[in-house]
Amino acid sequence: MTPALHGGLRLPGNKQRSTQKPLRLIPAPDQVVLPLDQHAGAPAVATVRVGDRVLRGQLIARAESEISASLHASVAGTVLAIEPRAVPYHRNGPSTCIVIDNDGSDATASVAAVDHAALDPRALCEYIGNGGIVGLGGAAFPTAPKLRRGQQNDGPHLILNGAECEPWISCDDMLMREHAQQILRGAIILCHALQAARCTVVIEDDKPVAESAMRAAQAELHDERIVIQSVPTIYPAGGENQIITVVTGLEVPASGLPSDIGVLCHNVGTAAAVARWLDNGEPLIRRIVTVTGSGVTEPGNLEVWLGTPMSQLVDHSGGYSGSIARLLMGGSMMGLALPSDDLPVVKASNCLVAALPADLHLRGMEMPCIRCGNCSEACPVMLLPQQLHWFARSNDFAALESLGLMDCIECGCCDYVCPSQIPLAQQFRQAKPALVERLTSKQQASLARQRYESRDQRLERIEAERQAKLAEKRKAMTQNNHPGG
Amino acid sequence: MILAILIMVAIGTILAAVLANSAASTAQRQQLLTERINERLPQTQCGRCTFTGCKPYAAAIARGEADIDQCPPGGDATAKVLADLLGRPPQPVDPRFGVVLSQPLVAWIDEPACIGCTKCIQACPVDAIVGASKFMHTVIAAHCTGCELCVAPCPVDCIEMRTVTDVALS
Repeated sequence: MTPALHGGLRLPGNKQRSTQKPLRLIPAPDQVVLPLDQHAGAPAVATVRVGDRVLRGQLIARAESEISASLHASVAGTVLAIEPRAVPYHRNGPSTCIVIDNDGSDATASVAAVDHAALDPRALCEYIGNGGIVGLGGAAFPTAPKLRRGQQNDGPHLILNGAECEPWISCDDMLMREHAQQILRGAIILCHALQAARCTVVIEDDKPVAESAMRAAQAELHDERIVIQSVPTIYPAGGENQIITVVTGLEVPASGLPSDIGVLCHNVGTAAAVARWLDNGEPLIRRIVTVTGSGVTEPGNLEVWLGTPMSQLVDHSGGYSGSIARLLMGGSMMGLALPSDDLPVVKASNCLVAALPADLHLRGMEMPCIRCGNCSEACPVMLLPQQLHWFARSNDFAALESLGLMDCIECGCCDYVCPSQIPLAQQFRQAKPALVERLTSKQQASLARQRYESRDQRLERIEAERQAKLAEKRKAMTQNNHPGG
Repeated sequence: MILAILIMVAIGTILAAVLANSAASTAQRQQLLTERINERLPQTQCGRCTFTGCKPYAAAIARGEADIDQCPPGGDATAKVLADLLGRPPQPVDPRFGVVLSQPLVAWIDEPACIGCTKCIQACPVDAIVGASKFMHTVIAAHCTGCELCVAPCPVDCIEMRTVTDVALS
């Protein structure tokens, strides 16, 4: 019996339409746009210049800080520009992108396959970092620093997340159906990198086909470290901390990391990308994207070269079938609304939903909170959204901090159940940056205070030393004068 | 009867001792209050409140010698927090002590113009300027509190206050 998650929702999955047809690779576009900051952490630093010729798979930007990821060309051709372009993952305006003109040759940089067992864990981790691998579940956190953190544990428990709980998204489902062996290869490599004792692959029970494919692949493999576990379908059980609770019964501490309790969680797509990098020498230059929603004619899962414009994904899915109410990157609960389809596919693009009005959980007029408590029953991290709502409105940051706003995962369960239709998650998303600013300014104030106090002490000490010296001089002078006087 | 008298005397002695002890801690209480006020101040150390730093200002408030509306870097938010702490009605910052800025500033040195006089280094209350005599100086932006105390002493006017984002971009 698996430990239950607090709260959560049973939502219509809307995944049947996009899982009817097998995966297919769509041809590379004439031009790809590759943002330098498409992962969490510091932007990568470009290693090519405008006019350079590059091969598919060639390194074009290097990770130069602890938390960052390298970037590779997804097509062969000429670097057309390195300039700010609109990107689909934040609203802070354009990001610097490398634009490559595809020459159609598909010439690929050759990278030899690497045997993971020949590398020690630290070197393997570094090598995985060279492949530009990031978490493919949606957050795009660089994999190498995450592994490095996990290496500090003694034989951590590796969890491969194939839960994919959010409505509409089915890219992990299709990957598990068709590339189960690749995922398990990745699991073995990651187990070696972490020196992990156990690896659990978690699949929600609404994906029986994927589960049987994974079980068949595991039976062939005969590796007793790897276990396949089926869990009930509840949104948001696929969140990193939530799936850890569901599998192990342990809770990741507030503002802590999974490695604090000896667990590390990776997406199944990340494991497959690691296997492809080591076995085939292909860095992270393509990914599976679910193109779905009632607004596309033929929903499905496409393998897409990074940097392909989203409009081409829709074209390859039979085009739009109606007037689109909203275009989302990600699922319907946590996805980001896109202003247009002229944006590149990035490492974090797991799903594109072209939603008609009927697909959306459209909100009516906001009404006052009646304090029914539905939101706190639904909250998977056991917060009190009705209280947070109150204090977010009055900008009471001290109260927001003590009520744990920073632990909110913005899953949107609270607004989904709110009978007054209050946009709670949106409110919390907006309040968080202000709270972070307050917390950092508090930290900075205490640092400034320390520096001020130590400077004060130093000045006092210098003054005391000066006085002592002066007194000594005076004493010496009076002694010298005495015999003469 | 005697036992009852003895018990009453003992209780009286104990209570007297407790009372004497708490009276002796008035100074301690003031120190504690100073500490609690100081915790709520922004630690800019700019001296705009007319005291030499945040802690002396906190001590003055605790002694009742200064009002809570003298801290422009903290703004109305700090004034409100202090009002809550001291149980007084909230009041906005008195404009005589300075303008409340909408976003934090940090000092920036026009390095080619710097003559290396070290006057700004001596003025900085948090040791956020590095440099030596006749060598170029520079501000460690992460440590700068934006107090502006370095601007006036510069003999060649090569220090200016910039927003944090401008400094990050330059």
